[in-house]
Amino acid sequence: MSTHHISVTINGASYEGDVDSRTLLVHWIRDTLRLTGTHIGCDTTSCGACTILVDGKSTKSCTMFAVQADGRQLMTVEGLEQNGKLHPLQEGFHEEHALQCGYCTPGMMMTGLALLQRNPNPTEHEIRVGISGNLCRCTGYVNIVKAIQYAAEKMQATEEVPVSAGQGGE
Amino acid sequence: MIPGSFDYLAAHSINEAVALLDQHGEDAKVLAGGQSLIPLLRFRLASPAILIDINRIDGLEYLREMNGTLHIGALTRESELDNSSLIRERYPILFETSAVVADPVVRNWATVGGNIAHADPANDHPATMLAMGARVVAVGPTGERVLPIEEFFTDIPFETALHPNELLTEIRVPAPVQGSGGAYVKLERKVGDYAIAGVAAYITLDTNGNVSYAGIGLTHVGQAPIKARDAEQSLLGKPLNDTSIHQAADLAAAATQPISDTRGPAEYKRDMVRTLTVRALRKALVRATGGE
Repeated sequence: MSTHHISVTINGASYEGDVDSRTLLVHWIRDTLRLTGTHIGCDTTSCGACTILVDGKSTKSCTMFAVQADGRQLMTVEGLEQNGKLHPLQEGFHEEHALQCGYCTPGMMMTGLALLQRNPNPTEHEIRVGISGNLCRCTGYVNIVKAIQYAAEKMQATEEVPVSAGQGGE
Repeated sequence: MIPGSFDYLAAHSINEAVALLDQHGEDAKVLAGGQSLIPLLRFRLASPAILIDINRIDGLEYLREMNGTLHIGALTRESELDNSSLIRERYPILFETSAVVADPVVRNWATVGGNIAHADPANDHPATMLAMGARVVAVGPTGERVLPIEEFFTDIPFETALHPNELLTEIRVPAPVQGSGGAYVKLERKVGDYAIAGVAAYITLDTNGNVSYAGIGLTHVGQAPIKARDAEQSLLGKPLNDTSIHQAADLAAAATQPISDTRGPAEYKRDMVRTLTVRALRKALVRATGGE
């Protein structure tokens, strides 16, 4: 097994460390860096609870090795809040009651962020397709869709640029 | 779940990747998007000694139409097909195929080349590429060779005609001509699931309205992606109408060897191939005659 030294930017801060080749990105983020907002749900690339942004692209961090993230810009759910102020997505999930157990929420918000960065004014259908790789077993999705719509409106109204995971993306 | 141990090597060029494959042979697996391979490693259904990551190779992600051929770089992400106006306008069959590969987050990394080279009979691109008569480019230590897609797949799942020291670098798809059209229809239990069954159909009509080319590919109803040759043959030289469509659909169903599993009994899947073939051919006909 090979060991690799990696340097990664997460939520604007630099991190580096040695990782085994087989270490999954989500395990490094959670267990080594202790950024535990990113959840592990299914371990089968199905549920999307571990979704983060890698170079601006929504990514299931259980389906990428930490070594693959070397040199890349990452954003996790911890990067949404800025200076004690909730991101419009977080505010939307709160206002629209878009979570019950909350397990899927970090992944939902990161997928929602990637969606809004590419398509600031999505239709309901586009939101539903956009979050189809993120499973929620509580809400029935209705309020999650509303929360993303809330965030879209708020972000457009305030012309607030969403927190960027750096350059790259589509 | 944590994969077994392996050595990780990143290639930065096609030549470097091929040299590493040549050096390590059967011990090595190519890591492209990883959206199928990494789950397999986590389940320890595969345990290669070495992974060769090709994601750092520049210039393997492209969609380019030139001289009657669409060139798809092997590392092109499914999401690039989702977002490409070229694909949406000129290749609706490819657009429909990538749109049903797993889910949008997976498609940000999943690659077209990987979907084919993985040779999973449940994957969606193989049927479409079989229907369209695609060719694939394999690069090895002594140069490149171009294979018709039907020679790329074998009768064994997850195996291809690639030599251990070859890298799939490009897929070449014939560009649409006057009178051509195609469609991919997939029956799935839920978003992101593998197909219960899927059918890709591609046809070309001559100036008299008779079929001059017919391609039909089938997803997840056999050990390998299936090219429904008898069904294709039955369509040639005739107009595409209800009679010929149903005859081809019966022959496509007869070409399947589905198994009974959680996605349904074998008879059901075979019957669905019949129905989906009718739908795919009708949609292909509409597109071939200028409709949408």
